[in-house]
Amino acid sequence: MDQCIISTGSGRMADVTIIGAGVAGLCAALTLARAGVTPHLIDRHGGPGLHGCSWWAGGMLAPFCEGATAEPAIIDHGQRAAGFWGSVTQVAHRGSLVVALQRDRAELDRFARRTTGHCRLSDLSPLEPELSAHRDALFFRDEAHLDPRRALADLVAALDAQGVSIDRTEGRPDMFTGPVIDARGMAAGLSGLRAVRGEMVVLRAPDIRLSRPVRLLHPRHPLYVVPRADGVFMLGATQLESADRGRISARAMLELLSAAYALDPRFAEAEILESGADLRPAYANNVPRVTIRGRVLHLNGLFRHGYLMAPALAAQATDFLTHGIKGDLVHED
Amino acid sequence: MMRDFYGVALDSPLMLGTAQYPSPAILEAAIRGAGASVVTVSLRREGGQGQAFWEIIKGLGVPILPNTAGCYSAKAAITTAQMAREVFETNWIKLEVIGHADTLQPDPFGLLEATESLAADGFEVFPYTTEDQVLAARLLQAGAKVLMPWGAPIGSGLGLNNRYGLRTLRAAFPDIPMVIDAGLGLPSHAAEAMELGFDAVLLNTAVAQAGDPVAMARAFALAVQAGALARAADPMAPRDMAQPSTPVIGKAWL
Repeated sequence: MDQCIISTGSGRMADVTIIGAGVAGLCAALTLARAGVTPHLIDRHGGPGLHGCSWWAGGMLAPFCEGATAEPAIIDHGQRAAGFWGSVTQVAHRGSLVVALQRDRAELDRFARRTTGHCRLSDLSPLEPELSAHRDALFFRDEAHLDPRRALADLVAALDAQGVSIDRTEGRPDMFTGPVIDARGMAAGLSGLRAVRGEMVVLRAPDIRLSRPVRLLHPRHPLYVVPRADGVFMLGATQLESADRGRISARAMLELLSAAYALDPRFAEAEILESGADLRPAYANNVPRVTIRGRVLHLNGLFRHGYLMAPALAAQATDFLTHGIKGDLVHED
Repeated sequence: MMRDFYGVALDSPLMLGTAQYPSPAILEAAIRGAGASVVTVSLRREGGQGQAFWEIIKGLGVPILPNTAGCYSAKAAITTAQMAREVFETNWIKLEVIGHADTLQPDPFGLLEATESLAADGFEVFPYTTEDQVLAARLLQAGAKVLMPWGAPIGSGLGLNNRYGLRTLRAAFPDIPMVIDAGLGLPSHAAEAMELGFDAVLLNTAVAQAGDPVAMARAFALAVQAGALARAADPMAPRDMAQPSTPVIGKAWL
């Protein structure tokens, strides 16, 4: 694999071509640029936007909550994500809350047993006064959240400041010489990669004040609510084993809105700003990979952990390209 | 003696669902580790686009029993069954016609209607039903050759909610292969189902939502094996009178 290791600072010439300007490609470009490698970043749409699944993310940096079902690698690497994002964009270090309806208290006990990094609260009024009707909650103090669209814009700006722009071109790895990072998500068409459909809704509810993400545990319709600026909330997200890119289904919207209503009945009066549906690329264990195929590095499989895991994936791709170090997310094909 | 299912003899009485696992990798490890003989898979919510996931299921090399989970009418279930036959190339169908959104209990009328129609169309129907004997008889008349009575409502983990009803159902149709489907929460529930003389158990949530699905699947595999062995060994009948294991006559018991 030595041919993959590059020397840095070769002047005007690009050292690495990166295909795809979603969260994975942008994080890789910035991490490489910071390591002194000049990336040539191309994207068929010219930048991040509603064509890519990064656009529709919740933006929770919640490694401990994810640990209820995710592999340990997600918890380990995810804990460092907020540090990376803090160097790029505004990160709210306000923790996250997990609540359940009275009927589903057993779900909260189970979630508590299967996660770490939380404490149990019986009074929410100091943290989120508007949720004080929920008498029992888990507080994950060290979690954080960000606004994904703002984070993408800030990544583009940070790259611009490093002299890296996005070239609006369609490309495949075989069209370039030298090392290539393929960060095209589902469009890469990799074997072993499957699509997991997710659907979300964005609401404006100016009367509701939440300052941190809240997860509602429910046996059938789990929900998370992520606050954004100006009274805007993102409700997410379904998780279906499906490659259907069609718009949100009526059922999904009913479920998300009903769960939000159960969390706080004032959501019934909210203005629905938008809905979204897209496909998350995932490997069988739902852990992302840097897959090495000759001179091509495929950064893919971020599943529902795009913002949580893209910094780690970028760091491992950079470590491999600059020093030949193979981290735990690196696989040779 | 294990009854066969539409001519297929199963290696193990454990059937597992494929939904709600933390990841397909854990699903695969659970099913292989437990030696499950059949896997069920739902089509409805995936809307015909879940090919990558279905390929993973097919790759398990275990007979697939597609189901019509989430169908609230005979018509919806029949359409889903036809789609399932194309996708999985099998005539087997686990027929669920749900009658009530909260309890997810079967709609007996829709179930009967769909069973009749699908059996006539060449399907080998596994109807998800209650322990109701009258309904069971009608389903068999309609062409089902297997019954899947519930243990308890889907996902409830309550175990065998009506032992009397299940025992009489078993006794009423001694030659019909029957699978206890839904409501099992613990391996002891599965062992009990086998001890009552059922031929197999089908469960999903109890394994998929366990903290360690692979270990829980294995626990269920051992439990069904224990229950089947116990059934074959002709268990003693419970009695009210205590009976010492060793005779007391001749002993200095005063």
